Amino acid sequence: MSSARLEVIERNCKGCSICVEFCPKNVLEMDVFLVKVARPEDCIKCMQCELLCPDFAIKVHDA
Amino acid sequence: MAYDYDKSIRPGKLPHIWCPGCGHGIVMKGLIRAMDTCGLDRKNTAIVSGIGCASRLPGYLDACTLHTAHGRAAAFATGVKMAKPEMTVICCGGDGDGTAIGGNHFIHACRRNIDMTYVIMNNFIYGMTGGQFSPCTPTGAKASTTPYGNPDPVFDISKLAIGAGATFVARTTAAHPREIDKLITMGIKHKGMAIIEVLDDCPTTYGRRNKFRSVVDMMKHLKANAVPAVAASKLTAEQLQGKFLTGILFQEERPEYCAQYAEVIKKAQA
Repeated sequence: MSSARLEVIERNCKGCSICVEFCPKNVLEMDVFLVKVARPEDCIKCMQCELLCPDFAIKVHDA
Repeated sequence: MAYDYDKSIRPGKLPHIWCPGCGHGIVMKGLIRAMDTCGLDRKNTAIVSGIGCASRLPGYLDACTLHTAHGRAAAFATGVKMAKPEMTVICCGGDGDGTAIGGNHFIHACRRNIDMTYVIMNNFIYGMTGGQFSPCTPTGAKASTTPYGNPDPVFDISKLAIGAGATFVARTTAAHPREIDKLITMGIKHKGMAIIEVLDDCPTTYGRRNKFRSVVDMMKHLKANAVPAVAASKLTAEQLQGKFLTGILFQEERPEYCAQYAEVIKKAQA
């Protein structure tokens, strides 16, 4: 599977941690009220983070 | 791959005012996807709202938007639809705005079966004004005005809408984002009053008073207690205790109000 590139728009992120908790592959981590892409190579592009982000702060791109 | 929401949002409006984790943002994304799926022309789409957290939604969207008096979204939307029947009218609002202050407008818009889509975001509380209990606050739940638990029974918005005569009634939750845009799309395409109730989370004024440790707990609660309406017939009443049915709850065809009114005009002018 082609790898994914996760883009976090830090200006929009409010650090609710929904994306971190609902990611099935544990790709994301919290870093002092901001989300951090810790393991992008594990991403399966299920889009849960993008769909569930209330703040338009995370995007899943094809690498 | 990544969905392009930016083209539907007014430039410079993000980040929005909603609290961290508030489900209204998820509903807004669903609404944008649904509008794109229906191929709505932004110049021919009116998005109407009242007052409240949920009613801030149209302010962010790049379409014809109308921010009106508290609870009066359905009344203003009826006016828009009557004046310009070719427009697609979408209403947004919260549970307090829609069923308490605007309860009368809500039921009569349902009764008339006017062609619009009402997305009602039910977060069980009045969020913007400081967490007062709303008609949808569960019995026993705490709010700023019911510190010992809410003694009142709950309004079931979907049942209210069905009883009042809406012809498309569906319910989903903020934890089911794909279902949100699917149901709103069906609602927009439906000729008549479509009510889409989206159960939402309010971590700031509801969650922290009611033993939800975080917004994630609230989302998991929504996810765990949603039962698809098609699966509910196989479950006993005991199993359905405390659950809420999701999906399309009611659908029928009935004459639409604008068409009926055009007939009246024709008769009067004959």
